[in-house]
Amino acid sequence: MSVAGRVAAGSSARTGDRPFQLLLAVMAAAVPLIIGAVLVALIAAASPAIQRFGVGFFVTSTWDPVAEEFGVLPFIYGTLVSSALALLIAVPLGLGVAIFLAELVPGWLRAPITFFVELLAAIPSVVIGLWGIFVLVPWVRTTLEPLLKSTLGFLPLFSGPPLGIGMLTAGLILAAMVVPFIVAVSTEVMRAVPRAQREGALALGATMWETTRTAVLPYARSGIIGAIFLALARALGETMAVTMVIGNVPQIKASLFAPAYTIPAVIANEFTEATSDLYVAALIYAGLVLFIVTVAVNALARLLVSRVARGPAQIRE
Amino acid sequence: MIRGTWWAGLVLLAIMGLTAGAVAQPVTLNGAGATFPFPLYSKWSQVYAEEKGVQINYQSIGSGGGIRQFISKTVDFGATDGPMSDGQITQAGGRVLHIPMVAGAVVPVYNAPGVGTGLNFPPDVLADIFLGRITKWSDPRIVRVNPKAALPSADIVVVHRSDGSGTTAIWVNYLSKVSAMWKTRVGEGTSVNWPTGLGGRGNEGVAGLVRQTPNSLGYVELAYALTNKMTFGNVRNKAGQFVRPSLSSTTKAMEGALKNIPGDYRVFFTNPDGKDVYPIAGFTWILIAGEQPDPVKGKALVEFLWWATHDGQKYASALLYAPLPKRLVVRIEGTLKSVTSRGTPILP
Repeated sequence: MSVAGRVAAGSSARTGDRPFQLLLAVMAAAVPLIIGAVLVALIAAASPAIQRFGVGFFVTSTWDPVAEEFGVLPFIYGTLVSSALALLIAVPLGLGVAIFLAELVPGWLRAPITFFVELLAAIPSVVIGLWGIFVLVPWVRTTLEPLLKSTLGFLPLFSGPPLGIGMLTAGLILAAMVVPFIVAVSTEVMRAVPRAQREGALALGATMWETTRTAVLPYARSGIIGAIFLALARALGETMAVTMVIGNVPQIKASLFAPAYTIPAVIANEFTEATSDLYVAALIYAGLVLFIVTVAVNALARLLVSRVARGPAQIRE
Repeated sequence: MIRGTWWAGLVLLAIMGLTAGAVAQPVTLNGAGATFPFPLYSKWSQVYAEEKGVQINYQSIGSGGGIRQFISKTVDFGATDGPMSDGQITQAGGRVLHIPMVAGAVVPVYNAPGVGTGLNFPPDVLADIFLGRITKWSDPRIVRVNPKAALPSADIVVVHRSDGSGTTAIWVNYLSKVSAMWKTRVGEGTSVNWPTGLGGRGNEGVAGLVRQTPNSLGYVELAYALTNKMTFGNVRNKAGQFVRPSLSSTTKAMEGALKNIPGDYRVFFTNPDGKDVYPIAGFTWILIAGEQPDPVKGKALVEFLWWATHDGQKYASALLYAPLPKRLVVRIEGTLKSVTSRGTPILP
C-alpha cells in the first residue's frame, strides 16, 4: 500500500495512529527531497561549467586543468566499464556463495562463512585499496595478465604491457568489494523461499541443481536483482580503492590492461587542490554527470529486468 | 532524588560557566590548508600551546581548500603550497601576505632493477621522460650521464600524482622552467594534463606504484622518500652539478634564489643559481591578512608567525622540512612588522 493510502486509511483509526502515520510520511518524503536538494545544489554549483561546456562536456575527452578545458567522456567510460567488469565477476561468484550458504552448507560452516563475508564488507575501502596496491597489483602484473596475454592475447581486450595497474585490477577490486552485498542479500532471500517449493521440486525427482534453478532462484529473483542493483550502485560510486589501482589516466583504450579513470576518483583526487572557479565547477559538473549516469544505469537495468523477468509467476505455469 | 541530581548538575554547570568567564579567555587561532606541512604545524601547535598558552587549530584540508577558506574569511590564517593568483587576492580583498614557513624538495624516485640510488638526471632528460619523448632506460641521453649504471633496456613506466597537490605544482613548475616544450604543451598547476604515465593518489600512491612496478620513475616529496628509504636520483642544477636532494641542499636553494624572491614571496624558487643547490624545491606559505580585523587575535597570530619563523625553525629538520635561511628570515621580520590592526602596526 502506498504511503498516502496508509495515511488515508488512518483517518478511521485511533487518534494516536495519525501523528505516527504523519511522521512516517514525512520521513518517506525526506528521501525524494534529499535527492532533489542534491540535484539542485549540484546544478547551481556546476552552472559556470554547464554554461561554458554545455552538453559537449559529455562527449569531450580532454581534461586539462591548466588550459581549463574539461570533458568527462573517458571518466564516464571508466566508471561504466569498471563497474560492468566488477558485476561480471561478482554476480556469478556472489550467487555461487549464496546458493552454497542457503542450500548446501552444513550447519557448523554457515556461521564462519557468513562472518567472513560480512567482514569483507566491513573493511574500509582505503584499506582494500592499499591491499590492492601491495598484493593484488603485483599478482595481476606477474601472474594474471601474462596468463591472459599468452592465452587470449589475440583479443585487443588483453593487449599491451602488463602493468598490473589499470581497468582489469579496478574491476577485480570492485568485485571483491561488492560480492558481500550480493551474498548477504541473496542468501537471505533464498533462505526465505518456502520449504514446500524445494520439497515439491525434489519430490518430482529434480536434482539439487534443478531444484535450485527451477524452485529457488525464480522465487528469489526480485531479491537477487535488488542485491545486484545495490552492488552496482556501490561499484559506480566507489572512489578510494579504485583510484589506488586504476592508474588514473583519462583515456579510452580497448585493452583492459591499460590505465583508466572514473568520475568519483577524479573528483576525490582533484577537488581539494582545485583553485580556479571554473575548475571547481567542472568537478561539480562531473559529479552531476555521475548522478545522471547512476540514475540512467539504474533505470535501464530496471527496464531490462522488467522485460526479462516477471518474478515467481513463471514457475507456476 | 533524580530531580535533585539534575538540579545539582545544572548549578554546577552554571558555576563552571561563570568561572570560565572570569578567567582571561585563551586565544585560539584557526587555520586550514596544505597537507604537506601538517606534521610540522601540529608540532608547532603542541609546543606553542605549552609555551605560550595559545591554541592553534590547523585543519589539513588541502591548499585549494585553504585558499578558499581564507578568501571567505572563515579561518584566521590559510596555508598553501602554491601561491594565490592575482584574481584570488582581489577576491580576498585587502592586503594579503604570503609568509614562507619552510621549504620542501621534490625528488625523482625510481625502481630500475639492478640500478642503485643516485642516478643522475639532467633537467632536459627529466622533462623529456615526462613528455614521453624518452621512453627507454637505456636511452643514450641517460646512459651518457650514468656511465657506470647497468641501465635496463626496458620501457620507462612514468608515475605521477593523480590528486592535485603542491608536490606536483613544484615538479611541473620546474619542468616548465627547464623545457620550453613542457611549458607550451603541458604548463603548470596543481594538476595537469599529463602526456604520459600512470597516476597514483598521494605520495603513498606514487611510492606504492614505483615500488611495485619494475622500471618505473616517479616523483615524491623528499621527506617521504627519506622516511620510506626510497631509491632517488640526483638532479643537475643550473651551475651544472648533479646534486643529491637533502635538507641542506634545499636550504641552499632558498639562499641561491634569495635575490629573485620578490617582496611578496609569491614564487616557486625552482632552478635557482648557486653552488650545491638542489633545484626542485618550493615554499609552503601561511596566508594572513595584512590588516587584522581583531587586534587580540591579530597580535597572537603575528607573534606565532614570528615564533614559527625563528624558534619554530629548529623543529623543521627533525620532521624533514628544510628550514629557512637566516637572510630570508630577516626579510620576513620586516613583512611581519608591516601587519596592522585598525591602522596601527601590531609589532613594535
